[in-house]
Amino acid sequence: MSINNQADQSRRKFLGNSAAVVAGVTIAPGILLHTPAQARSLDQAASSKQRWGILIDTNQCDSGCDKCVTACQTENGWGKNETKSNSEQQAQWIRKVELKDPNTGHQQSLPVMCQHCENPPCVDVCPTGASMKRDDGIVLVDKHICIGCRYCMMACPYKARSFIHEELKGQATVAPRGKGTVESCTMCVQRVDAGGSPACVEACPGKNGKAMVFGDLNDANSEIAKRLKQYGGKQIRADLGLNPSVRYQGI
Amino acid sequence: MKKPILREVNESMGFYALLGVFGALILVALGAVYFMEHNGHHVTGMNNQIVWGMPHVFALFLIVAASGALNVASIASVFGRYQYKPLAPLSTVLAAALLLGGLMVLVLDLGRPDRLIVAMTYYNFKSIFAWNIILYNGFLAILVVYLWTQLDPTMVKYGKIAGFAAFIWRLVLTTGTGSIFGFLVARQGYDAAIMAPMFIIMSFAFGLAVFMLVMFAAYKWTNRPLGDGIVRRLKNLLGVFVGAVLYFSLVFHLTNLYATEHHGVEAFILRDGGIFTNLYWWGHFVIGGLLPLFLLYCRKTRDSRTLIGLASLLIILGGIAQLYVIIVGGQAYPLDMFPGMEVSSSFADGVVNNYSPSLAETLLGLGGFAVAMLLVTVVARALRMLPESLADDVVDPHHSKADA
Repeated sequence: MSINNQADQSRRKFLGNSAAVVAGVTIAPGILLHTPAQARSLDQAASSKQRWGILIDTNQCDSGCDKCVTACQTENGWGKNETKSNSEQQAQWIRKVELKDPNTGHQQSLPVMCQHCENPPCVDVCPTGASMKRDDGIVLVDKHICIGCRYCMMACPYKARSFIHEELKGQATVAPRGKGTVESCTMCVQRVDAGGSPACVEACPGKNGKAMVFGDLNDANSEIAKRLKQYGGKQIRADLGLNPSVRYQGI
Repeated sequence: MKKPILREVNESMGFYALLGVFGALILVALGAVYFMEHNGHHVTGMNNQIVWGMPHVFALFLIVAASGALNVASIASVFGRYQYKPLAPLSTVLAAALLLGGLMVLVLDLGRPDRLIVAMTYYNFKSIFAWNIILYNGFLAILVVYLWTQLDPTMVKYGKIAGFAAFIWRLVLTTGTGSIFGFLVARQGYDAAIMAPMFIIMSFAFGLAVFMLVMFAAYKWTNRPLGDGIVRRLKNLLGVFVGAVLYFSLVFHLTNLYATEHHGVEAFILRDGGIFTNLYWWGHFVIGGLLPLFLLYCRKTRDSRTLIGLASLLIILGGIAQLYVIIVGGQAYPLDMFPGMEVSSSFADGVVNNYSPSLAETLLGLGGFAVAMLLVTVVARALRMLPESLADDVVDPHHSKADA
């Protein structure tokens, strides 16, 4: 009996010690890994009356030209401050993609960025709701509640999103970016909210006239809506039914 | 029939040696996490093309195996096979331990693990990830109650209902885990409804394989008798599960092979994918499938505990290979944004993506195993959960007749 009691006491002592260890292990990471989030709230004053979109005419897009990419870098402050990441880890909000039809040899060049889908898979899969779509159709990441799980990157059919693999310095004030979170083209929301157009569209020289047009897809009198009505426009991966706000002519 | 007595393990040298080994592995893993989180993910092999790597392979293996580790308890409670009842507590504890190990790896690989509280307080109910957070936490809660019904004589009457709840819950849970990939329409390698049932059958095989090894180790190291009867039944069941995994894997690829649009990704995984092709055929199919089947059923090998243990180990290695092919291979194959066109860009469009896992990622993954095993060791000491004897006459008084 007494041997049993002793065994029981040693078991209880062991239980007590284990509980202390578990408590320590649970609490410690929160203290060690916590870094204060940057305080910034995005302006949510958007209306579903508008649906902002970009039309890209690939016939006007020069394969040697990357002015849209450099303009985006300058505006949003990416492309220079990731010094430790390798080329596959560095963020790219917009990229030039070269296409070649193997049957005919026909070549095309076009910029690809976040397509700002009406039914964005990144928003569907995001566990916290950090991936979100504004009422005016612009798809953004709320950097305050992004936990860096990268499920949105798995879900995006356009490979439009990038993960930040290192501590960043020298960021643009209009586009806060942070280590361990995901980011992508914001359609230059800061410019759009101020009544302007995205930096890429503004910088696009085109071959004979601009290759990029920005505007309100819901406004039948906007240039983008008129052009789409007259000449049509294609969606990349239209088969997925995501109805992106970025449309292409000539593909 | 003698009534099986559940007894805690003693604080022997071996017990502390196990705590030491697993504790050291966990410390190394935490060091790796600090290294990765302090520097950022640029010190890992992951990048903007391969966004999920080694940590996810290990984490998903552990989470899938957790569900399957409950097989033995389910067979006892849900299917009424009393012979397995004495092992139900070990099965339940192992399930919870593996799940916690897997979740630890998953959480510590987040870009912002310090924001775990955000994941717990902000829910997007359309996200399968968010469902899984609820499914995982709910599973842990059910397992605690289930274990209570197994260990407390006053709670035994609720055992059947708790067992049934746990059984249904784990099927839903593994459906959720498989659907992480099954619902990804964007990528050629995923987007298949068969992912969910395939993950369920994978969980049966991987979980039982881990259970077999833990059971063998626990009984050998505590010098408790373990009869051939229960081992024979479990290894036969394990063989059936391994065969079923191969079947699902074959059907998945055969279905894809029929559709021309999937020929590219199938050729990549099955023929031209280098490491992925080797891992699929040699790792998953031969080492994790055919070889264990041979060891478990061949007349010359099937009665050897060592070889049954080896088969279990091979199933685990094959399972990790299979998940590597699914998770990393599925991302390595380029996204098909412009069907029929040759594509190139500065962002790796149109090319097979590279991934070389770093040491830190792998150590974090192994840390998940260590957490699971440490928990089992500690609970085996803290609770009276391991039967003193699983000798044939204790487990089943009719064993000689049944096996004749």
